Amino acid sequence: MATEILMPALSPTMEEGTLAKWLVKEGDTVSSGDIMAEIETDKATMEFEAVDEGIIGKILVAEGTEGVKVNTAIAVLLEEGESADDIGSAAPAPTPAAAEEAPAPAAAAPATEAPAAPQTDTTPDWPEGTTLKQQTVREALRDGMAEEMRRDETVFLMGEEVAEYQGAYKISQGMLDEFGAKRVIDTPITEHGFAGIATGAAFGGLRPIVEFMTFNFAMQAIDHIINSAAKTLYMSGGQMGAPMVFRGPNGAAARVGAQHSQDYAAWYMQIPGLKVVMPYSASDYKGLMKTAIRDPNPIIFLENEILYGRTFDVPELDDYTVPFGKARIWREGSDVTIVSFGIGMQYALEAAEKLAEDGISAEVLDLRTLRPMDTASIIKSVMKTNRCVTVEEGWPQGSVGNYISSVIMQEAFDYLDAPVINCTGKDVPMPYAANLEKHALVTTDEVIEAVKKVTYS
Amino acid sequence: MAARKAAKKPNVSAEELKAYYKDMLLIRRFEEKAGQLYGMGLIGGFCHLYIGQEAVVVGLEAAAEEGDKRITSYRDHGHMLACGMDPNGVMAELTGREGGYSKGKGGSMHMFSKEKHFYGGHGIVAAQVPLGAGLAFADKYLENGRVTFTYFGDGAANQGQVYEAFNMAALWKLPCVFVIENNQYAMGTSQQRSTSSAEIYERGKAFGIPGEAVDGMDVLAVKAAGETAVAHCRSGKGPYILEIKTYRYRGHSMSDPAKYRTREEVQKMRDERDPIEAVRSMLLQGKHATEEDLKDIDKEIKAVVNASAEFAKTSPEPALEELWTDIYATEVPQEA
Repeated sequence: MATEILMPALSPTMEEGTLAKWLVKEGDTVSSGDIMAEIETDKATMEFEAVDEGIIGKILVAEGTEGVKVNTAIAVLLEEGESADDIGSAAPAPTPAAAEEAPAPAAAAPATEAPAAPQTDTTPDWPEGTTLKQQTVREALRDGMAEEMRRDETVFLMGEEVAEYQGAYKISQGMLDEFGAKRVIDTPITEHGFAGIATGAAFGGLRPIVEFMTFNFAMQAIDHIINSAAKTLYMSGGQMGAPMVFRGPNGAAARVGAQHSQDYAAWYMQIPGLKVVMPYSASDYKGLMKTAIRDPNPIIFLENEILYGRTFDVPELDDYTVPFGKARIWREGSDVTIVSFGIGMQYALEAAEKLAEDGISAEVLDLRTLRPMDTASIIKSVMKTNRCVTVEEGWPQGSVGNYISSVIMQEAFDYLDAPVINCTGKDVPMPYAANLEKHALVTTDEVIEAVKKVTYS
Repeated sequence: MAARKAAKKPNVSAEELKAYYKDMLLIRRFEEKAGQLYGMGLIGGFCHLYIGQEAVVVGLEAAAEEGDKRITSYRDHGHMLACGMDPNGVMAELTGREGGYSKGKGGSMHMFSKEKHFYGGHGIVAAQVPLGAGLAFADKYLENGRVTFTYFGDGAANQGQVYEAFNMAALWKLPCVFVIENNQYAMGTSQQRSTSSAEIYERGKAFGIPGEAVDGMDVLAVKAAGETAVAHCRSGKGPYILEIKTYRYRGHSMSDPAKYRTREEVQKMRDERDPIEAVRSMLLQGKHATEEDLKDIDKEIKAVVNASAEFAKTSPEPALEELWTDIYATEVPQEA
């Protein structure tokens, strides 16, 4: 029976890719292990091997096709005796890859559609009439770093696989070529050591950008981040500090288990001396990264692997920066304020969209930076809507939402018509199983439910 | 391998020798005074005295050039005085006063001087080792020909980050002198009880970092070793390790019950190996100074130390507003 060959998921967060090249043609016989095609993901170009024996009956997706979704049939494999003519009548029987549990990475990943574009009247970050281009978070982040490295010779990037490998998540692609090995530096796998060296280099007059392959590994380096980088300015009576950026993906990716799926927003947000940035959109990734590099303090820049491949509008401006401590209102509303940041914004915006269908008008605030935090904008919004729901992927106890709740209670208690609800990740280490993982993360439905609760609807 | 001793006829002038005597004596008298002020309740918290180890920093400072950097742990008063920081500012920081190097916000363990290229004063054992390698990284990046002295103890030598720093310093040929001040006790645990290797500097071999043991009670031996190390680093060959065998007479901190070693052991060191006494007899025997000359130096030092204590007592406590300053920089700190 003819078997469909499906577009494979080649990384935990891959949702689509480019079918770069076919290495087989219709009529070719393949056996298990033969390389059939080259597939380009947003991270790398990978070879795609045959699993089963058979004859390539038909190629369904031509080479060079971009944006091929995971699990799309890209070719049909015939068994001996079958002919390509049979394809049309071949029963659409479930193929191994189409079986229920197979497309887990795609299924576990949150919705692929980018949320509704922001209203122009709520995007104060660039002047009206600015030309916008579509760019992924990944590209915007790279451009932000590269622009600052062109501007200031003392800025350099160091981390694991940032140079020759072009970045474990391809963030630093092309940077080694442009800036050379002096300024784009591959480190050994030694977070504690290189975070310390980078902090020392910052004391010594440089502006390091330290990439952690993920923030999970920064736990090995947290002593230098907090004790060395964040506290030295104070301990030295203002004589010296650490102007530097610690950056990398934070929070859950997809199906990578407990040790690779933690959101550190609430941890770092607690430390005086650090500034903490956690952007959602590509323009914010770029503008806030440029601000972070110029800032004379140690910055924690929390990125998200799932967002890396998302496309947003980015202004075409020569020097686009976004200030710290200024929330962005993505959506104006009157019934409830939803406060979020980073990937939490995706749930917030989706929920707001669905709530609108039920006649509930939600105002959605993207904090963008957690320290400094634009609590004034939260309070202002809550005074209007009288209700608030916070959304984050981190754990509930000691969460960012807990802090926001306390600020609202102290500054806008009389305006509240309902208790503030914090939507968070579940209070468990991240499980591997696809269904459990999905359940462990905060969901759009939970945000909708919380909004309905605080609006008594 | 035996620790480096000073050459029979050291290449040092009488004036230089007198200067080392003076610098070591300043540290000793300063630390004695600090101990006294601690006893009077004027200095609080942790206070780690450097008495006995004076030849280490004075010898290495003699090998340093203007612009070279230094960074150390929390036993840092000696390093600060040796690199020329003002005793008044150091003592006033110990008493937590406005006139202290960190305006009273750092304390004994956390002082810095951009002007003297002293980068602290770090309270987490061995954290200063990668930080020091990072200072050297900056110097190499900026191609300014400077060398960083990164001091740490025999106790810190068992921290993993030391070897992470060794690896990268060797890999990237960082101009860093790693100075292991081996005073034989990691707090109360002797080297024999905590450290698998008898010669700690030999651990550098695994990374291709040359090193040597040095007699740390002999300031001229330390100076000579420092010169070798600095020349190695400055010529672009990468890091160098000096394991300087020294001894601290006082406890780990002011609250050390000293149950881990005998009084006799300490007394024997003081009687037979004291680094200041050694220079003193060198000066007298070589007729480079008279008893009278040395008495004058003693008096001068005593006056400096007393003045620092007076300053530290009379300098006001920091204004309450200082609680909220220096948390964030508003502009990029300029490299001194």
